[in-house]
Amino acid sequence: MADLTTNFLGIASPNPFWLASAPPTDKEYNVRRAFEAGWGGVVWKTLGEEGPPVVNVNGPRYGVIHGADRRLLGLNNIELITDRPLQTNLEEIARVKADYPDRALIVSIMVPCEESAWKAILPRVAETGADGIELNFGCPHGMSERGMGSAVGQVPEYIEMVTRWCKQYYDKPVIVKLTPNITDIRYPARAAHNGGADAVSLINTVSSITSVNLDTMSPEPSIDGKGSHGGYCGPAVKPIAMNMVAEIARDPETRGLPISGIGGVTTWRDAAEFMALGCGNVQVCTAAMTYGFRVVEEMKAGLSRWMDDKGYTRTSDFVGQAVPNVTDWQYLNLNYVAKAKIDQDACIKCGRCYAACEDTSHQAISMSPDRVFEVIDAECVACNLCVDVCPVEDCISMVPMRPGEVDPRTGKVVQADYANWTMHPNNPAARAAE
Amino acid sequence: MAKGQMESGIVAGRLPAETIERNFGDLHPPLAPHEAAVAADRCYFCYDAPCVTACPTTIDIPLFIRQIQTGHPEGAARTILEQNILGGMCARVCPTETLCEEACVREAAEGRPVEIGRLQRYATDSAMAADVHPFSRAAPTGRTIAVVGAGPAGLSCAHRLAMLGHDVVIHESRGKPGGLNEFGIAAYKSTQNFAEAEVDWLLRIGGITIETGSALGEGITLDGLQDSYDAVFLSIGLAGVNALKAPGADKNGVRDAVDFVADLRQAGDLSALPVGRDVVVIGGGMTAVDAAVQARLLGAQNVTIAYRRDRDAMGASRYEQDLAASKGVRILTNVQPVAVHGNGTVREIELEYTTSEDGRLVATGETLRLKADQVFRAIGQTLSGAPGGLAQGGGKIAVTGPGRTSVKGVWAGGDCASGGDDLTVTAVAEGRDAAMDIHASLRAG
Repeated sequence: MADLTTNFLGIASPNPFWLASAPPTDKEYNVRRAFEAGWGGVVWKTLGEEGPPVVNVNGPRYGVIHGADRRLLGLNNIELITDRPLQTNLEEIARVKADYPDRALIVSIMVPCEESAWKAILPRVAETGADGIELNFGCPHGMSERGMGSAVGQVPEYIEMVTRWCKQYYDKPVIVKLTPNITDIRYPARAAHNGGADAVSLINTVSSITSVNLDTMSPEPSIDGKGSHGGYCGPAVKPIAMNMVAEIARDPETRGLPISGIGGVTTWRDAAEFMALGCGNVQVCTAAMTYGFRVVEEMKAGLSRWMDDKGYTRTSDFVGQAVPNVTDWQYLNLNYVAKAKIDQDACIKCGRCYAACEDTSHQAISMSPDRVFEVIDAECVACNLCVDVCPVEDCISMVPMRPGEVDPRTGKVVQADYANWTMHPNNPAARAAE
Repeated sequence: MAKGQMESGIVAGRLPAETIERNFGDLHPPLAPHEAAVAADRCYFCYDAPCVTACPTTIDIPLFIRQIQTGHPEGAARTILEQNILGGMCARVCPTETLCEEACVREAAEGRPVEIGRLQRYATDSAMAADVHPFSRAAPTGRTIAVVGAGPAGLSCAHRLAMLGHDVVIHESRGKPGGLNEFGIAAYKSTQNFAEAEVDWLLRIGGITIETGSALGEGITLDGLQDSYDAVFLSIGLAGVNALKAPGADKNGVRDAVDFVADLRQAGDLSALPVGRDVVVIGGGMTAVDAAVQARLLGAQNVTIAYRRDRDAMGASRYEQDLAASKGVRILTNVQPVAVHGNGTVREIELEYTTSEDGRLVATGETLRLKADQVFRAIGQTLSGAPGGLAQGGGKIAVTGPGRTSVKGVWAGGDCASGGDDLTVTAVAEGRDAAMDIHASLRAG
């Protein structure tokens, strides 16, 4: 039986599944329920500075993208940080941590970019006994208009400055939560690293409008006929998040910096993928908001079973294992040649591969009058579109050609050696180097 | 007070009225919007989709399903109705299990096709509920076409001609239009007077006049129609019924299944409709199943379908056979009637076992007797009252191409014409195609 215990920044938790700072972690009641349900840790919903609490809209806070049967694929929100008094939150955090010493409890914080503001709140957070803090430099809506959240996360200098303050006034681990609403995630990550961050967590939500009501012409969620962009999360953002995680994991300047992966984690498989790309653990929000806290059961059981199947005894055995395989396009092996192959026994003759290839790709699939679909190797560039649109799993596969075989499309013999764009004769840079 | 199922003879009220009402409720309840969205999502939007090929009216099924999926059921209805103006009825009565849904790739993949029939009903019901007729007429051509018979073929032909700007007069022998949609389909497939409502909706195109009680040989002749109109379309159906050739077949209690089915459809109060305690239906087609199932639903205690060949040879689809079985109908195959016994009124029917030798039906000599106080003949309908001078073939009016008969200016379609299965959907296709051909010929001439 695999050991799911993780030790992230020295913070032990019984499994790598933490709840992200969000509505599910806004108060003691919810967090106790989460711990009872088996979550390994919780990042408490973001605290703001002392004073009158923030206010939220009194209309809908969430917008949604549905798949078939109203499956929730993407969620967006315009909720702000906690709207409860700071002292109330701090007292609850202290009580919960005392009752659940084996679980990770991190406190998310967002106060103005002034040293005094951070200096004021950090000791009070420390008093709660929480295991660490997460700096919310990510929320793209509302608070960013007030110079906080993603407004900080979009300026590496601010990230570094605030991180430095936190390391100065707080003894325990500092995690910097990054916004994806930037052009290159490596810059804010490097800034956090330079400021002394113990880890980064990402992604926060993506700026978004989920839909427009075509009767009222208002974006959704609509507040009295108007809408504001919100933060997008859920399964739809997972590919964006994983790319950003991988970019940080393989950047020479941040390599080895611990990462807590966030963005659409819904199943054990999602978690395993994030962790293979270098995350020490994952944070979950939308899946819990969609299905309730009980989903963690499947995540734990699935991850454990997969680890057993693969012979991994602890999560550190596979964390980061996929990072060396993430590379730049220019280093991909151009001598690797594959061809699509259709399993005629599995084919149900829907013709989607044909339509996709004939209309939008390379005219590399033939269709007979009796609906037999076959790949024309002389045209197939192995783009994978037919595989992607085929409704039958494993019906179409990409079969690599063996070295020595002749690719009927190019007439060239498939080479065994590796050759990439940097070496290619068509690359002006390669020619210049000769 | 209900008489109960044990009462002998042909009597009404075998079941409580509310039970009968429940029994005759919609066979396939309509899909709710969310159900429709989920069902529509299962469609793969196949290339050159097999379901379209399998549809006699060639409805663009993937397109209309996609229109449902994107929240536009009335657009979906238009896609359907452009090809099949009786798409609402076809959604209810088409044997989809042997047409579009049999061809669905998900039938091959999972044994569970996309529910095309129910989705078509969802779309067409939405259009009917919107209470708009989506088509309009072209500029008047000044031509008038006679259509004989207001069944599916005639209505389809008339609507298309009206759309193209022609005027149409339909001569219908019965008291109201609809043909088999109105008189020949099991009540649980067309609830709430759907057939009548659909005809009313169809006629809103304008330019179509229906003269009821007007039949060939009774007031009108083909020659007369040819003189008075620019073209003639015959859709007279199969008005004749094959006789039961067995001694005693004329006894009381023996009647045609088509009449029983028509009575059921026209009855104001089904609980007042009499039915036997022991009912035997002779035949193996859709009409046999419709009669047998409805006899059970009315409260007949024992209902048997007796068919002379094996299950596979039955005209009723396997789905219909299973429906009958699920309602408690016993299906006896490889038996043929040899005598009807009883003193003036049928008491028993005697059947003889058969076997098939080289495709030929052979009686084995062994017989059995079934108790019967009511026997329905459902052994096929025949062409009756077709005008002389028209070439026939295979017992039907011979046609070539889009319904052209041997006489210039006269077209035919539906069950009375050669070619095609005797299905509502086929009749609609034939009527539509003949209309296009009539139009082309009038323009040319």
